[in-house]
Amino acid sequence: MMWELEYPFDGKMIMRKRKSFRRKLLGQPNLMEKKIAILGGSTTHDIKEILELFLLNYGIKPIFFESEYAQYWQDAMFGNEELAALKPDIIYIHTSNRNITAYPEITDKAEEIDNLLERQYLHFEVMWKKLEEEYHCPVIQNNFEHPYFRLLGNQDASNPRGRTNFITRLNQKFYEYVVNHEKFFINDINYQSSDYGLREWADPFFWHMYKYSLCQDAIPMLAFNVANIIKSVFGKNKKALALDLDNTLWGGIVGDDGAENLELGQETSMGQVYTEFQSYLKGLQAQGVLLNVISKNEKENAMAGLGHPQMVLKPDDFIEIKANWEPKSMNLTQMAEELALLPESFVFVDDNPAEREIVKQQVPGAAVPVMDKAEHYVYAVDRAGYFEMTNFSKDDLKRNDMYRENVKRSALQNSFANYEDYLLSLKMYAEIKPFDPMYMSRIAQLTNKSNQFNLTTKHYTQDGIEQAAASDKYITLYGKLEDCFGDNGVVSVVIGEISNGELNIILWLMSCRVLKRDMEFAMMDTLVQECGKRKISLLKGYYYPTAKNGMVKEFYKMQGFVKVSEDEEGNTVWQLDISQGYELKNHVIKVNEGEKEK
Amino acid sequence: MNREKIYEKLTEVFRDVFDEEDITISDGTTAADIEDWDSLSHITLLSSVEDEFGIKFDMKAVQGLKNVGAMVDLIEASVK
Repeated sequence: MMWELEYPFDGKMIMRKRKSFRRKLLGQPNLMEKKIAILGGSTTHDIKEILELFLLNYGIKPIFFESEYAQYWQDAMFGNEELAALKPDIIYIHTSNRNITAYPEITDKAEEIDNLLERQYLHFEVMWKKLEEEYHCPVIQNNFEHPYFRLLGNQDASNPRGRTNFITRLNQKFYEYVVNHEKFFINDINYQSSDYGLREWADPFFWHMYKYSLCQDAIPMLAFNVANIIKSVFGKNKKALALDLDNTLWGGIVGDDGAENLELGQETSMGQVYTEFQSYLKGLQAQGVLLNVISKNEKENAMAGLGHPQMVLKPDDFIEIKANWEPKSMNLTQMAEELALLPESFVFVDDNPAEREIVKQQVPGAAVPVMDKAEHYVYAVDRAGYFEMTNFSKDDLKRNDMYRENVKRSALQNSFANYEDYLLSLKMYAEIKPFDPMYMSRIAQLTNKSNQFNLTTKHYTQDGIEQAAASDKYITLYGKLEDCFGDNGVVSVVIGEISNGELNIILWLMSCRVLKRDMEFAMMDTLVQECGKRKISLLKGYYYPTAKNGMVKEFYKMQGFVKVSEDEEGNTVWQLDISQGYELKNHVIKVNEGEKEK
Repeated sequence: MNREKIYEKLTEVFRDVFDEEDITISDGTTAADIEDWDSLSHITLLSSVEDEFGIKFDMKAVQGLKNVGAMVDLIEASVK
């Protein structure tokens, strides 16, 4: 991770030093390779180079296809051998208002303008459909930035003959396409250009000199936004916030000033600033981001502050509240462990530069935004794109509840002497079945997000998942787990490939939120039954080590498999012969019963 | 700013952009002398120069650049 590439970055420096940055970034271990096609309606060279840097910084190593100058439509519609050979994992279409070929005339009637709009729109829609048919992969499409001049002055926006109006309507049509296409994403250059300053963004110098649709210095901002969408699609979003209290969530120091004197609420300007920041965080929470507190405070003082009547966030909004005097880096590492998350899934939010520095050094991968003025806190978190939303599943909405239930479960666990008694008391019920259309997006999301309890770390797109489900060469299983505290949703995914009467388990993963619940045994029992139905008597398991999946190194041994081979890199192959029978391993979870016990 | 001072800063820019620590430049240096100096990296070079000296080139001036000497002339005229 390179701090030079973290928001707020110096775009000019990135442009200038890109070669040495690239060299350093390529030296990182465990990069995830992704094939990315850039189809451009204008020059894309620098966009590609800078996008590469941001992706490398997210641990993604791109293999690019770049269309020849302005050939985006031709490459998509009439095929391109090089593009076809690449088999892209994702396609980015970089077009701009320079690619709109006709605008309304001042004399046009409403109907003529509607027809023109439809024609401009269809030019894009046919291309998206063709790409979908040909490549079945996610597509990122720029919307359009506003024109840099206004023939109708201020009426350009409201008059249907104005270009601004026309572009706004065209964008709206793009968004309508999004509604029914789960794997289609808009890169909002309309927002980016206005945020950057349209006047500079659209400087005609760069178009006429080099055929860039935006100015050179805005390229890092554009590329950063595209990188954020890509990393989100491939499951590399942040998941949780660890928030400081004093001068972060409220103004003042609760231990010194007393809860009643904190700056919070509508009475003062500073109070309003903190209230607005809390409302912003509350909005993130509603999208499934986990809120936590790490504060250097006596617990009772922290709780007194959190109980302040003007707090937007209530104590119940937080999954974990750590208020103590231990180093924050230690608290963060411990918190990650307790929530079964990776430390790098956290964003550490603290106004104190010294605390930020410790976390930067001690907790590699955790994001540490620069929080230097309370009135700019929202910028610092928002513009960094930590939580860029692409796959919004129902699970995201419920995530906070699930983690809160987990905290209750650990409280219950402490009251049982025997672990099996504890598991039985959870009254677990699992649904373990072949992939079902209802869960495809969640299954694809899991293959991209679960890195720890994952034997082969094979990533899938939703299309890949659907293809496996439809083929009789595969046995697919998803596992959904409920218990007396609530529904955990789909938490485990297995794909086995049948060849020569054997089953090769090419994917086995489980969400860490259900560790030590015997769900992996319930999954294996069902998989063995499915093999039995197909007269398969030999199961082969594979473990490919990565920096993150050490916890499942001995997984197959635990499942009763025998190790067949191991190579120099530690890749192991295991097998289980079930021709002489198989003893069920799960005794605590009820599986696939019509009615579950409530 | 005198030419010597301009050359000092400009050399730094060249070294960053082409990622080579030992690049040296003189009035006669052209794109042919530096391996990675093509029309695409030229764009980065120009914006980095603008940034380094706090100046903006106009289109006409940029199009006339033949070699490093001409670039230094242009910088000299722009930084007063």
